Amino acid sequence: MSTICKISRRRFLALTGVSASGMVLMGSVTGSALAGVLDTPQGSTLNLFVSVNADGVVEIIAHRSEMGTGIRTSLPQIVADEMEADWSRVKVIQGLANADYGSQNTDGSRSVRDFYQIMRQMGAAARASLELAAANRWSASISDVAASNHQIIHRDGRRLDFGELAADAAELPLPDMAQLPLKESKDFRYIGKDIPIVDLQDMCTGNTTYGIDVRIPGMLFASIERTPVLQGKVISFDKDAALKAPGVVDVIKIKGQPLPSMFHALEGVAVLATDSYSALKAREQLNISWDRGTHATHNSNVYLEELAAKVSAGPGKVARERGDTDAALGKATKIVEATYLAPYLAHASMEPPVATAHLHDGICEIWACTQTPQKTQQTVAATLGMDEKAVTVHVTLLGGGFGRKSKPDFSVEAALLARETGRPVQVTWTREDDIRHDYFHSCSAQYYKGGLDERGELIAWLAREATPPILSIFQAGANMQDDASLSQSFGSIPFAVANLRLESHEADAHVRIGWMRSVFNIPYVFGIGSFMDELAHAAGKDPRDFWLETIGADRELEFDEEGFRFTNYGRSLADFPYATRRLKGVITQLTDTLPWGEALPEGQGWGLCAARSFLSYVAVATRVEVKDGRLRVMEMHCMMDAGTVVNPDRVHAQMEGAMIFGLSLALMGEIEFKEGEPVQSNFHDYPVARLNQVPPMVKTHIVASDAPASGVGEPGVPPVAPSIANAIFAATGQRIREFPFNKVFSV
Amino acid sequence: MKITINGKNQELDIAPEVPLLWALRDHLQLTGTKFGCGKGLCGACTVHLNGTPVRSCQTPVSAAAGKEVLTIEGLSVDASHPVQVAWKEHNVPQCGYCQSGQIMSAVALLERTPTPSDVEIDSAMSGNICRCGTYTRIRTAIKQASGQAGEEQA
Ligand code: FES
Ligand code: FES
Repeated sequence: MSTICKISRRRFLALTGVSASGMVLMGSVTGSALAGVLDTPQGSTLNLFVSVNADGVVEIIAHRSEMGTGIRTSLPQIVADEMEADWSRVKVIQGLANADYGSQNTDGSRSVRDFYQIMRQMGAAARASLELAAANRWSASISDVAASNHQIIHRDGRRLDFGELAADAAELPLPDMAQLPLKESKDFRYIGKDIPIVDLQDMCTGNTTYGIDVRIPGMLFASIERTPVLQGKVISFDKDAALKAPGVVDVIKIKGQPLPSMFHALEGVAVLATDSYSALKAREQLNISWDRGTHATHNSNVYLEELAAKVSAGPGKVARERGDTDAALGKATKIVEATYLAPYLAHASMEPPVATAHLHDGICEIWACTQTPQKTQQTVAATLGMDEKAVTVHVTLLGGGFGRKSKPDFSVEAALLARETGRPVQVTWTREDDIRHDYFHSCSAQYYKGGLDERGELIAWLAREATPPILSIFQAGANMQDDASLSQSFGSIPFAVANLRLESHEADAHVRIGWMRSVFNIPYVFGIGSFMDELAHAAGKDPRDFWLETIGADRELEFDEEGFRFTNYGRSLADFPYATRRLKGVITQLTDTLPWGEALPEGQGWGLCAARSFLSYVAVATRVEVKDGRLRVMEMHCMMDAGTVVNPDRVHAQMEGAMIFGLSLALMGEIEFKEGEPVQSNFHDYPVARLNQVPPMVKTHIVASDAPASGVGEPGVPPVAPSIANAIFAATGQRIREFPFNKVFSV
Repeated sequence: MKITINGKNQELDIAPEVPLLWALRDHLQLTGTKFGCGKGLCGACTVHLNGTPVRSCQTPVSAAAGKEVLTIEGLSVDASHPVQVAWKEHNVPQCGYCQSGQIMSAVALLERTPTPSDVEIDSAMSGNICRCGTYTRIRTAIKQASGQAGEEQA
């Protein structure tokens, strides 16, 4: 449900802190349309604002965080198009965290898909009001006037600027939304066009404010030494030594909270100083002795082996079942079995978590690079025992997010220290802090067993997984994946196989688990995509042909009868069906652009993988060369069907970024734990892709479609790692069932 | 301590071992230069010292005494440097955070090597991490800024 109304300038100011001088429209989206994958309660409301000022400037409030996806540009682009605004006179304003915006969380790749329709309607309503105002002014018929490029033009050539009509338009009743025509796609001025991002110029001159760039007069710089293991406790520390160091103003212990981790501050000791360097240096003097607690036994390599043993040994809890898998496996001509492992990963956004807090006059102001301003507001308010309305969150630019910055723990730290000192405090995480105290992307073990008949057709698919769940940070002891997590590819496999059974095993969490760009699709698509390739080779078929044949006939998938509640990223299957045609479409369209099937030089191979995630369909093909133990990815190609695309350039950019993100994790991504502590700490031992590892050719293609807009930030990632593993097999005959691949090859 | 920063003489009264990065960011309010790793591993903090690119997180401010420092803020106020122009042309930035460092490294490369080969670009730029993965556009933009536009990479 969505509604649009006009509001007074006074109310607008109160809601947004922005003053307007003309017409203000507010759009609200309510109910299940917002129920997202992770965090949006059913029935919540989202309000959006557009104002037309007397000087003709159109202001559009961006309620989403900009972390590199271009969303601060794409959403306003939609409004501006419908309203026929001149883009050069559109100003984009970052919204504060405010309950009146409704959910502002930027995750789950859902910004455009959730707001496309309402953004268009807002634009259309603004345009219609301005047209009506002009018709009244001229005593003309409404059918004789039309908006074009920031003016209302009369048939006879008279014209008025939007600005000249803004005040009149504000007084008029809103047009009947049901009667309001929306543009046809051929008339789009901005939708589907490559509009440069609004922050482009500033990003190229350094004239930007990220979380780390916030400067408040009198502010202290804090650096915190946190517990090295989950739930560790400070026994003692050398407060005086740190206090004596130059520039240090205070040393404060932060008390940790019992499980579940939620978004609480971790136990630690903060050093507050007049500048970053003094805080960092003095922190080395703290000499903390820790009670390491029960999680100090966690060794990730051993743990993954245990999970692997568990999934290959015996049945788990059935998540989805069709036919009689055991009987079919008994009859199969050929059986293929494999176990795949995926490690923990850290987000490592280029800007680490940073938050600044200032308590004054009974309120708490936060400035943070956050993906979730309202979660921040709620969590800070709850921690400080303040009313939510007394907490204001200013969202800065984000130097990357990838899901890490949807956890407000770092803002909580800043707020606690600001309260304690009575001064503004900025908490900056070092890279070591970021990597060692992440909400880690979970590790996972999966076992697959497939049966082929005499024609090499798949007749049975058995899969088992064990993955410490994200749920564990909200529910102490949670150790099974829920429906929403299994819906990320493991449970929703699209294959036309007569017999299948999918099972889950328990996996206890020993670290804080969080969501990272494409979340559980990363390990699950690695398993599924690799196993499909193994089956294809066992069947003696070209992997591309085997994918197409196994996905089978065009149809829309249903899951209920097989006992699985497919959550479909929070959207209904009626609105966003799982269409096998589109999955096959990306595979064929992608391989048609390649010399697929042609012979390659010795040591080279092509690999393919496809997946649907965040409602979009993606195929990735890579070409690798393996020579003298050295793996080189030579080409990466990606085809994405994300429905309607608002800003193709930004979608290509997201896909390019996803290829590199996937490349990083496939080649080098791993966080290990020894005695409960992460082994890695910075880019020397947690490497991410550098320019010299990026293939000379990274090509991305968007499927032309007018289906509803679906996610683009995340879906490119999952197929990358399996496509590389499959290419390695094609090149060498060596099957890699675990990433990162630098365990086996030099990269 | 006297340092020339972006053509302006600055007097700094801080300990000589303070990294230039923090001197710029905390003492001179020049926040365009970014912190990414603090260990010389990511290039986000790249500035020029007498024309040579350095990692300011690894450069004590004393090493800059009496020298000229150029930061992103001093490159141009209006993004008119050819590298910035190429960056805009190809919409290189995603989150933008690494881009000050990328641009400073690219400018230094082109001053040394006006028409770099693919290999030269890769080796000069591999100290700069972009977690958003804007690398292919960085390559293309450098090609354009060096007048080699339109040449397909091998
Ligand atoms: S912050 Fe200096 S190289 Fe990373
Ligand atoms: S643009 Fe985000 S890290 Fe480079």
